[in-house]
Amino acid sequence: MAIRETGTGHEALGLDEDDLRRMHYHMLLARRVDERSWILNRQGKAAFVISCQGQEGAQVGAAYNLRPGDDYLYPYYRDSGMTMLLGQTPRDQFLSLLGKKEDPNSGGRQMPGHYGSRELNIVTSSAPVGVQYPQAAGTALAFKLRSEDGIVLVCGGEASTSGGDWHEAMNFAGIHNLPVIFFVENNVYAISVPTKFQVAGSIARRAEGYGFPGHEVDGNDVLAVYEVTKEAFGRARAGEGPTLIEAKTYRMTAHSSDDDDRRYREREEIEEWRKKDPIVRFEKYLMENGILDESERDEISERIKAEVAEASEYAENAPFADPEDVLARVYAEA
Amino acid sequence: MATKNLLQAIHEGLAEEMRSDESVMVLGEDVGRAGGVFRVTQDLQEEFGAARVMDTPLAESLIVGSAIGLSVNGMRPVAEIQFADFIPPAFDQIVNEAAKFYYRSNGDWSCPITIRAPYGVVPGGALYHSQSIEAWFCNTPGLKVVAPTFPADAKAMIKSAIRDPNPVLFLEHKRTYRLIKEDVPDDDHDVSLGEARVHREGTDITVVAYGLMLYTALEVAEKLSEEHGVETEVVEPRTLYPLDKETILNSAKKTGKVLVISEANLTGSVSGEIAAIVAREAFEWLDGPVMRLGAPDVPAAAFAKPMMDHFLPSAEKIEAAMLELARY
Repeated sequence: MAIRETGTGHEALGLDEDDLRRMHYHMLLARRVDERSWILNRQGKAAFVISCQGQEGAQVGAAYNLRPGDDYLYPYYRDSGMTMLLGQTPRDQFLSLLGKKEDPNSGGRQMPGHYGSRELNIVTSSAPVGVQYPQAAGTALAFKLRSEDGIVLVCGGEASTSGGDWHEAMNFAGIHNLPVIFFVENNVYAISVPTKFQVAGSIARRAEGYGFPGHEVDGNDVLAVYEVTKEAFGRARAGEGPTLIEAKTYRMTAHSSDDDDRRYREREEIEEWRKKDPIVRFEKYLMENGILDESERDEISERIKAEVAEASEYAENAPFADPEDVLARVYAEA
Repeated sequence: MATKNLLQAIHEGLAEEMRSDESVMVLGEDVGRAGGVFRVTQDLQEEFGAARVMDTPLAESLIVGSAIGLSVNGMRPVAEIQFADFIPPAFDQIVNEAAKFYYRSNGDWSCPITIRAPYGVVPGGALYHSQSIEAWFCNTPGLKVVAPTFPADAKAMIKSAIRDPNPVLFLEHKRTYRLIKEDVPDDDHDVSLGEARVHREGTDITVVAYGLMLYTALEVAEKLSEEHGVETEVVEPRTLYPLDKETILNSAKKTGKVLVISEANLTGSVSGEIAAIVAREAFEWLDGPVMRLGAPDVPAAAFAKPMMDHFLPSAEKIEAAMLELARY
């Protein structure tokens, strides 16, 4: 199976320059919010950080196809590039990071990265890996039962394909031809365990056994990811059923702020992948195509820097929920 | 009003909810054309179609997980786990997912699913078609666990469970499916989740029981009244989690003597929780030790009948315990 890369320019994908600027902005925003999160951790202000770094291209490329509030997203804990594209803000990110009352995901109950928004159809997520897949299949089934054209995008890392839930959901989606897209961000590591001890054969090729298409795509090429995901959305929208996409990417940070990746991977490997940084690559494309120049790039960077600083400061000064709030909202009222 | 057994009552409750609300659907193994291995969903597929009465692959995590996903997209799914013994693969989806959706999203997402699961000892059921698994789930805030025993209650409570905005585990004792018939109201007869029921008034002792043990306790209560003049108050929790403490405590305070009976393993059981509540909150009213009867701490009932019978609290053991408490 050939790894898909951008074969065509953005025009052929139906993207105009504003789309590209928006994609670029969101990739860079996700990166800068993440970097700021690590600083807050080092300052002792943030107890835990889980990163998107290296996966922004895959995330923005895939989620750019979603219609917020219509389609459903089941993100996994690294998908800040997706949730902010859908409408969550840097303030939301930092409020969640610091466990503040206004954290829109959970009101300070969950760790950072456990996204959820009823308004944006981002289904509340948790820490056990892979549980989202059967749920996503069920959500897609509801669309199909009502003959609606909604689509479900469900995401996870490569290790999320090892457990039964992923396979049960793939099987069910195949049986009922459900409008769901399985988006696997293969970032090479599950904490310390590399792909070679996690994945037998190919993730993408497993789709064939379940009766629907699977694609490998260069996950650090935002346009390639957009293209293959767009095709999958088109298939689902046309009633042609599910698609599996394996985005080959790389986790550029340690698993989390509690992990020291020097114990299990070489610095040289990370440096090699830095050359394939999705943001650097996309900026090169934008500059070569005359969509972005150095000064514009600096201007955007400054704007994001200010936005991130403001959001971080806001969250740092925001109040915690009342301690008694830990007792509230266990059961929904009829 | 028609006379129905438990199985027919649950069937009727499901059918009525499906008729009145298009979002209600049933999914599970063999629930479709076969109508379920116990026939609870008999003929539902004929009436509502294969999409709303859906046969699923044999994958419990998928059954509950997809029900969760359906529920967050406008549906009211009723997932069937064929035997409660087979629920462990769905444990993560029930305990870590469904039960925590509302809390972990700070009230943003709710998860209105019902999970039906037949439980309890049945002749020939052996280890994996017999277990009482309620204690596994009665330690899970965010989840409701109900176990009605009488047909009219079961019909009303399956409807309440479906309409409830929270995930509800609905346990049906297999051996009571066809054990008795009673009048079951044709339309809505409201039994809210979380309300216990006093089946028999009494002044001497209180028995708290559910499932098959409730029937036995009621029979023994009549016998003790006739033969010994002992008047037993029999309370059925109906909802095992969260418990209706008030009704149980009122009875405990009235009689001063409480025996809790179920066929679950005693250690770590719902009976233990009930006993602890009574021991603490009705202490001043008690005239005897809070007693419990249950299955011994062995894995489950056996296939061979003599061993199965020995596993269950029998009518004789129940009678002896009730008399012991009455005479205390």
